[in-house]
Amino acid sequence: MGTATAPAAPAKAARKPATMAQALNRALHDSLAADPTVHVLGEDVGTLGGVFRITDGLAAAFGPERVTDTPLAEAGILGTAVGMAMYGLRPVVEMQFDAFGYPALEQLISHVAKMRNRTRGTMPMPITVRIPYGGGIGGVEHHSDSSEAYYLHTPGLQVVTPATVADAYGLLRASIASDDPVIFLEPKRLYWGKADWSPDEPETVPPLGRAVVRRPGRSATLITYGPSVPVCLEAAEAATAEGWDLEVVDLRSLMPFDDETVCASVRRTGRAVVVHESSGFAGTGAEIAARVMERCFHHLEAPVLRVTGFDIPYPPPMLERYHLPGVDRVLDAVARLQWED
Amino acid sequence: MARSSLASGSGKPATRSGKRPGTTAAARPETTGPGHTPPPGWRPMTDPAPLLPDPEPFRVLGTPAAADADPVLMRELYEALVRGRRFNRQATALTQQGRLAVYPSTTGQEACEVAAARCLGERDWLFPSYRDTLAVVARGVDPVEVLTLLRGDWHNGYDPAATRVAPLSTPLATQLPHAVGLAHAARLRGDDTVALALVGDGGTSEGDFHEALNFAAVWKAPVVFLVQNNGFAISVPLHKQTAAPSLAHKAVGYGMPGRLVDGNDALAVHQVLTEAVERARGGGGPTLVEALTYRIDAHTNADDATRYRDAADLEPWRAHDPLVLLENALRDRDLVDDAELRAVEAGAEEMAAELRRRMNADPVLDPMSLFDHVYASRTTQLREQAARLRAELDAEEA
Ligand SMILES: Cc1ncc(C[n+]2csc(CCOP(=O)(O)OP(=O)(O)O)c2C)c(N)n1
Ligand SMILES: [Mg+2]
Repeated sequence: MGTATAPAAPAKAARKPATMAQALNRALHDSLAADPTVHVLGEDVGTLGGVFRITDGLAAAFGPERVTDTPLAEAGILGTAVGMAMYGLRPVVEMQFDAFGYPALEQLISHVAKMRNRTRGTMPMPITVRIPYGGGIGGVEHHSDSSEAYYLHTPGLQVVTPATVADAYGLLRASIASDDPVIFLEPKRLYWGKADWSPDEPETVPPLGRAVVRRPGRSATLITYGPSVPVCLEAAEAATAEGWDLEVVDLRSLMPFDDETVCASVRRTGRAVVVHESSGFAGTGAEIAARVMERCFHHLEAPVLRVTGFDIPYPPPMLERYHLPGVDRVLDAVARLQWED
Repeated sequence: MARSSLASGSGKPATRSGKRPGTTAAARPETTGPGHTPPPGWRPMTDPAPLLPDPEPFRVLGTPAAADADPVLMRELYEALVRGRRFNRQATALTQQGRLAVYPSTTGQEACEVAAARCLGERDWLFPSYRDTLAVVARGVDPVEVLTLLRGDWHNGYDPAATRVAPLSTPLATQLPHAVGLAHAARLRGDDTVALALVGDGGTSEGDFHEALNFAAVWKAPVVFLVQNNGFAISVPLHKQTAAPSLAHKAVGYGMPGRLVDGNDALAVHQVLTEAVERARGGGGPTLVEALTYRIDAHTNADDATRYRDAADLEPWRAHDPLVLLENALRDRDLVDDAELRAVEAGAEEMAAELRRRMNADPVLDPMSLFDHVYASRTTQLREQAARLRAELDAEEA
């Protein structure tokens, strides 16, 4: 995990190795304990504790009315969550896997995202939709999609994705506390990554919408998020051998988008590569590259490049390594940033 | 639940074998050898017989029960029907004058619309579909605010929490799970709030209809679903929509009672809905009500119904008009005279004139408000975009 270079929090309580899964579980637990209007609902989230065990122990601690095994119907889960929010509750919905969130898209796009605007602010939708996403876990078809661009193209939604254990906790707490809906994308291949973390005094994180510089550098900026953050940190380490000192920006929140942190970095380095594993065409990287170009044109020494998954349906598990952007592909892109000028 | 004619059931056997469920397994013939037993632990989750709709749509008008109906209720319903019909006519006229972008009329369906509003208590919630302007107005919401969506100055004009009316829902059946979730939340909070959700016959084909009914039944949510079966989904008749015995029968598959009612009999719809609401309030769970009615006008002012139905199809329904049925019942019992009927008409005219007057005023538009409610506070991006629009507006004004 790429927490090594993040500013260290004052270590009041004992820090010990914890996984992102444990931090997410703790965030749900603490949210349920702190606010009686928080309700967790989804498929298998109760007795089983979720297929990834993110809700482990919550039903036992808070009872089946707070942590509810619903019928197996994603549109129904999100649609009833809308009604619960209308009555003043704060639902936290789990979609079992990225691709199984699609049945809920109509409720999401037509109601969750639009209700506040439709009702001139009188009917907010404080709903968090947790979605395990992305590949790299050897999942068979429909278990490895990176669906962030669908959500990002929907005004009214916030889209958040953690890359570290500490952020997983802090961003999920902040998402649940937000009065606007949040698509909370959990990079499932980072679920079991460990970092030293204090569950008793978890670090607080800034409000949603703030990116963070994970690794400071002077030569070029890698702009990335979620599962690609560790890839970029690794690439940055490897790049030192070539004499490149790469900065890594972890966006954390894709909407709201932190133009300020991104542009400040690119203005310093003059070069940028956007890295994500979802398809490139009309993807998140296209938006980011355009924003950087519009705002930092006179600081750029080279075009903003993108390293993304191919424009193909997510591959079968035995072929996924050819699709996922890895360290070499990131370094290749860095090499193409017109250094010779 | 005080079912009006349930005790007699459908008169048909509840299962193919003619035996009541729950007794069938025990009554199976002797079996031989291992494996020749029923699947382990099988028993029906619920007895379907009490859930079945009546064989005939429930009616009050034209039956002996009409003689005992509450005269005050009859008069009030009648006045509401007359005003409702006048409202539909006025709103359609407003489309011709360019004051409304579109209007889906409920002429012919006034009994359902009015009863849906009147069966609810103060703290109950109504979840209307896009056609149900009249139900929202009958609930007491300011008509100009209700028409905001169709006028086009915003997507919704009233405060849902203050009025306990959800926004008119254009994506068909999507409002149904909302009603279930809200009713469920109310119950979790210990309130005795009930939600009534409206949907059309076409909307029952949507996945959200299925999911909402299933969630409602599993959670025993205090919610009532009213399907106004008005014969058409735009141009598509019911037989292209479903092969179910009736839409009310669909309830049985979810484990909730289905009720069939004459949707043009205001007293019958009012009674069936009131019973279902009280059943829900009392913890009895959800009910699906199918009201048989007819869309007398075209789908909207922009539709040409002659492309898919004959004028002659309307005749039997004109004879079964909700206003005429109730007026006849009032006259039969000498509960009204001509002067009173004229007074009701005059009241409706006054309402229409007032609506006309208010709708003929241009709404005040604020383009900058486009950015106000996307999020609780504007994002950096929206602040930038708002500044751009502000500059354009300033340049226009200069
Ligand atoms: C999800 C969705 N699909 C299609 C439409 C377009 N549409 C609007 S009304 C309508 C017919 C609805 O028929 P029904 O449910 O019977 O209601 P009615 O119009 O008769 O009140 C259609 C297809 C829509 N509004 N929403
Ligand atoms: Mg219809």
